Amino acid sequence: MHRTGELYGQFETLEQQKDIATLGMWIFLVTEVLFFGGLFMTYTINRHAYPAAFGIGGNTLDLKLGGANTVILIMSSLTMAMAVRAAQLGKKKQITGFLIATLILGGAFLGVKAIEYKQKFDHHLIPGKSFDLRYVTEHTQPKDDAERLSLAKEKEELDQAFEKDPYLSSHAQLYFSLYFGMTGLHALHMIVGAGLLIWLIKQSLGGRFGPGYNTPVEVTGLYWHFVDIVWIYLFPLLYLIDRHN
Amino acid sequence: MSEHIASPKLYVGIFLALMVCTAATVGAAYVKLGAMNIVVALAIATLKATLVVLFFMHAKYSPKRTHLVIICAIFWLGIMLALTLTDYETRHDVGRQISPSSAIVQSA
Repeated sequence: MHRTGELYGQFETLEQQKDIATLGMWIFLVTEVLFFGGLFMTYTINRHAYPAAFGIGGNTLDLKLGGANTVILIMSSLTMAMAVRAAQLGKKKQITGFLIATLILGGAFLGVKAIEYKQKFDHHLIPGKSFDLRYVTEHTQPKDDAERLSLAKEKEELDQAFEKDPYLSSHAQLYFSLYFGMTGLHALHMIVGAGLLIWLIKQSLGGRFGPGYNTPVEVTGLYWHFVDIVWIYLFPLLYLIDRHN
Repeated sequence: MSEHIASPKLYVGIFLALMVCTAATVGAAYVKLGAMNIVVALAIATLKATLVVLFFMHAKYSPKRTHLVIICAIFWLGIMLALTLTDYETRHDVGRQISPSSAIVQSA
C-alpha cells in the first residue's frame, strides 16, 4: 500500500501520475459501455420483435418511483461532482459531507429499487412458473369506481394484447427478464459504488485528500457518473414504453 | 496542479438542466408520436448523458487523449449496435425463431 500522494518511479510528476490513473478509469468505462451495450442490444432486438409484450410490461412499472429514482440518482451525481471539487480545493469537511450525501442518495435509490422489486413479486411478474400477467387485474379489489374503471380498462388492454400475440406471456417474461437483468446489474454497480464511497469517506475523515492528492475521489466520481448515465438510458427504455396508449 | 475547477453554480446549472430534461422525457412519453417516441426519448437521454460526461466527468476540461477514449467507446458501441441490427432487421424470420414458445410449437 502506497502512502498518500507518493510519486511512483515510472512517472515524472504527480500530475502525470494522476492523468494516467484517470485515463485507466476511462478505459475501464469503455469496457463497461460495451458490457451494458450488449444488454441494450438484446433489449432493442426483443422490443422490436415483441412490441405489444414490451408495452404491457413497461406499463406495469411505477413511473412515480422510477421518476423519483432518476431525480435521486442525478442529485447524487451533483453531490459527487461537488465532493470532487471540494477535494480539488482541499476543503476537508466539505469532501466528507458531500461523500456522505452521495452515499445516502445512493442508498435511497437502492431502497426505492427494493420497493419496486417487491411489488413485482407481489404482482406475480417474476419470470418463471408463477408468472401471471393477469394476476393484478384478477386479484385486486377495487376501492372505488375510478379504480374499477382503470382495472376494467387494463383487463381490456390485456385481452386485446393476448389476441394480437398468443405468446404474450412468454414475450412479457422476456421483458421482465431484461428488466431485472439490466436494473439488477445497474444496482450491483451502485452497491460497488457505495462500497467505494465508504472507503473514500473513511480516508477523507483521516484528512487524506486535498489539492495535492485526490485521485481516488476523482476516479470514483467518474465511475459514479457513468452508473448515472446507464440509468439515464434505462429509465426511458424500461419505464416509458407506450405510455401514451 | 493546473487542473480545472468548475464553479458550484455551473454544477447546479447542469443539475437543473438534467431535471428539465427528465421532465421533458416523461412528458414526451405521453404524447402520441408513433415511431418517433423512442427517437425523442433516446435523443433526450443522449443530451443528458452528454451533459454528465462534459461537465460532471470533466471531459470538457480533459486532455485530447481522454476525448479519444470517449470517441472510441461511442464508435465501438456504434459498430456493435449497427452491424447487429442490420443483420436482425434484414432476416424477417428471426423474430419468430428466437421465441421460446414458438420453438415449442414448432417441435410439437
